[in-house]
Amino acid sequence: MKALAFAGRNRKEILRDPLTLLLGVVMPVAMLWLFSSLEGIMPLDLFTIEKLTPGMIVFSFSFITLFSGMLLGRDKTTSFLMRIFASPMKASEYLIGYAIPLLPVALFQVLVCYGAGVLLGFPVDIHALTGFGVLLIISLLYIGSGLALGTYFTDRQVGGIFAIFVNITTWLSGIWFSPSMIGGAFEQAANLLPFVHAVDAARAAFTGGFTQLLEPLLWVIGYTIVIFGLAIVGFRKKMKGSK
Amino acid sequence: MVIEIKELTKKFNGELAVDRLSLTIEQGEFFALLGENGAGKTTTIKMLSCLLAPTSGDALMLGDSIVENPLAVKKKMNLSPQETAIARNLSVKENLEFIAKIYGSSKQETKQKTEELIRKFGLEDYAGKKAKNLSGGWQRRLSIAMAMISEPEIIFLDEPTVGLDVRARIDLWKILLQLKGDITIILTTHYLEEVEALADRIGIMQAGRLRALGTLEDLQERTGLEKLQDIFIQLTEEEEGP
Ligand SMILES: Nc1ncnc2c1ncn2[C@@H]1O[C@H](COP(=O)(O)OP(=O)(O)OP(=O)(O)O)[C@@H](O)[C@H]1O
Ligand SMILES: [Mg+2]
Repeated sequence: MKALAFAGRNRKEILRDPLTLLLGVVMPVAMLWLFSSLEGIMPLDLFTIEKLTPGMIVFSFSFITLFSGMLLGRDKTTSFLMRIFASPMKASEYLIGYAIPLLPVALFQVLVCYGAGVLLGFPVDIHALTGFGVLLIISLLYIGSGLALGTYFTDRQVGGIFAIFVNITTWLSGIWFSPSMIGGAFEQAANLLPFVHAVDAARAAFTGGFTQLLEPLLWVIGYTIVIFGLAIVGFRKKMKGSK
Repeated sequence: MVIEIKELTKKFNGELAVDRLSLTIEQGEFFALLGENGAGKTTTIKMLSCLLAPTSGDALMLGDSIVENPLAVKKKMNLSPQETAIARNLSVKENLEFIAKIYGSSKQETKQKTEELIRKFGLEDYAGKKAKNLSGGWQRRLSIAMAMISEPEIIFLDEPTVGLDVRARIDLWKILLQLKGDITIILTTHYLEEVEALADRIGIMQAGRLRALGTLEDLQERTGLEKLQDIFIQLTEEEEGP
């Protein structure tokens, strides 16, 4: 109940700042269109729309990290969080309240990017449903990352860190090209981070390649659990005021 | 008694902010906590409202320990923080409803309490406006109203009247006078006329310690001075001795 009331507040706070939301939808769609039209022109071995679409949806989730991180970071700096810390809510209720409203945002991004992909030639079939389901699981990784950032950093710091984060999710995620093209340390780093696995899982889900789905999805889930754990630990500390 | 503070101490990186504070406050009392900037008032309030873990010591709030059972304490109290704390993108009404709900009010109660507080604080014209579009003083009023909507048994008001215009301040005094006797109010302020008008008892902190405690009459007698301002100056000027 309390978590839901808090989720309601956060939903309003996010949806009434439509600029960030717009960024999280318009930019990925524009990039999808751009890169799919580059296909064939560029000498590089870029991906086709079949591979770009799921990758781009995962990329769009980076903005969820920004939303949740900024929201939590701002609540912290404006002492709003302090006020509600004095209320009888538990750490888990806070984090659920921050996380829940971002799921519909993620779903919205999925549907808009998928729709754009279909217009650009992405094949429509029944596996899309699996794709949506897997993408929602993946979105938790990005929601959790935002909450962890917002727990440990202020909103301004989150803005700066996001610039780095989005570069990582752009280049080390295998959305535009496979990290194996570059190889070496680059490929290794990419494989140790969850982003390339998230993209792999999304692609496998949309093609119905269930045997290829499991391993990358486990990477994603593992990282999600660890990151949420970090957020909870940091949050509990904040609640006790041990700055 | 409602609040029983026992040797409450807070250190920040080894520096004492609150030093073995012991104090009891009675049911329905209006207690004014005074002190210069940095004396430790806000730190004390944060510890009592379970926002900051004490380095040592404890306090019982209506029988529940802030260290052992913070959740039980939180249900019974609320605070208006020193800085205005509101949800910026929510309307005035939504802000109030939100706080009522996270303190466990039902839909019906929430609606009724919200209307009541909007009336009490003269917020009618602003009820539908986003909080971020209000002037500083009106945001302040909202922030105070949010502390009252949960109908706490103990309320902490940390410099509530900063930034309020004359009328708003007098209106707030009236609201507080109505509450006086029913709920326990702990107020910090740098406006001493406010204390003279409202407080049952006064505690003066200096450098984390309680320097003086008593009714206005007690303090007048002790110092031989009439005005609280003079009393305050004298008591906080005294050498810091053992
Ligand atoms: N989070 C913190 N970290 C380190 N030191 C702190 C922290 N919060 C407060 N202090 C220190 O504790 C002391 C008491 O601060 P506090 O905010 O309680 O004072 P105050 O009496 O409320 O003052 P004011 O009238 O200015 O609001 C100050 O010396 C302050 O610098
Ligand atoms: Mg203070």
